[in-house]
Amino acid sequence: MITKRVNSVADALSGVTSGMTLMLGGFGLCGIPENAIAELVRLNVNQLTCISNNAGVDDFGLGLLLQKKQIDKMISSYVGENAEFERQMLSGELAVELIPQGTLAERCRAAQMGIPAFYTPAGYGTEVADGKESRDFNGKPHLLEHAFKADFSFIKAWKGDEAGNLIFKGTARNFNAPMAGAARICVAEVEELVPVGTLDPNTVHVPGIFVQRIFQGEQYEKRIEQRTLSQRA
Amino acid sequence: MIGLDKNGIAQRIAQEVQNGYYVNLGIGIPTLVANFVRKNIEVEFQSENGILGMGPFPFEGEEDADLINAGKQTITALKGASFFDSSTSFGMIRGQHVDLTILGAMEVADNGDIANWKIPGKMVKGMGGAMDLVASAENIIVAMMHTNRAGESKLLQACSLPLTGVACVKKIVTNLACLEVVKEGFLLLERAPGISVEEIVAATKGNLIVPKHVPEMML
Repeated sequence: MITKRVNSVADALSGVTSGMTLMLGGFGLCGIPENAIAELVRLNVNQLTCISNNAGVDDFGLGLLLQKKQIDKMISSYVGENAEFERQMLSGELAVELIPQGTLAERCRAAQMGIPAFYTPAGYGTEVADGKESRDFNGKPHLLEHAFKADFSFIKAWKGDEAGNLIFKGTARNFNAPMAGAARICVAEVEELVPVGTLDPNTVHVPGIFVQRIFQGEQYEKRIEQRTLSQRA
Repeated sequence: MIGLDKNGIAQRIAQEVQNGYYVNLGIGIPTLVANFVRKNIEVEFQSENGILGMGPFPFEGEEDADLINAGKQTITALKGASFFDSSTSFGMIRGQHVDLTILGAMEVADNGDIANWKIPGKMVKGMGGAMDLVASAENIIVAMMHTNRAGESKLLQACSLPLTGVACVKKIVTNLACLEVVKEGFLLLERAPGISVEEIVAATKGNLIVPKHVPEMML
């Protein structure tokens, strides 16, 4: 067993410096690496480029980094729930690259899988296609999209072991799985870190080879963005 | 001239959902479609953030932060559901394994172009998964109001807003009508209850094809 365990969030983020490109997992606030984000705030690194499907809300998730103006550029697919984000974007303080969600996911997966580029039909005929090579396959136009290059990816799983094997819960798998192994260093945080031998290998979602560092988060708020309920009859 | 409310639009679109369909529902009116699908057919709803077999909203006390839909609302998982990552999810969409996509729009052109993600200088929320969905889905139905808040037609000869996808919309259900996108433009299939053909003609800017007989929707 090759152990990936680090003892603290500070050790987990060792080597993160200003100007880096970071990937952060999660969809909305679901499955975000809460402890890594809190540590990025504490480290006060800035001029970051962040690859993340969303930008959190004003006072949670990546919104915390935006508040402190630590992010220079965001690469996302949807930023609708964050007023500060929209303000910084429209005023030009924040550079934003909006790309289709499936393309975002696949650019992560391509980086993980060692595929330099791929073709997808998403965005053809729209401003997303500007400056991109296009090519017809089976009579349908596709755009050439490239794998991301990032310094760190921060992901969050439900359970993990010291070998870095990960299991996700519910819809919190989202971008966390394709971002594993998609950057130079992948840091996984888990709600529960268990000794090796505890997880059934049949149920592992992400094998430990994709993870360089793993730690158990001190606490998780797991905030719900849109609490929507059915009425009991 | 009012026609259908949001639930009425959803109810009409639900008639398009066939037995055995995997369906992706967008945010807004499309989400309501699930409430009106016939109970005697087998349908599974896909949410692009990573669930197939999405169920209704949870009861109070049963909500789970790790179980949401693409609109970030708390949901439940039905028996037979599965969870997966975003890359796999868009593989289902890009690979045309999803049978029907229902989404909202700001504008639709009479060649099937759709705009629904950006108003330059005003509203920039992002396209989310919409561009992937419209570029790959074979069967796309748009749910929207026929006119915008200023009373102007949202069915146009050409979209004025930045496009989400080109020549992809197959059908449109609005508060006034059900229309199909054909070679020549918008083919008027049905009128909403109490709405006249003249009212639909007046509210439509794109090329509208009006057959001799336009039946009223059966809801």
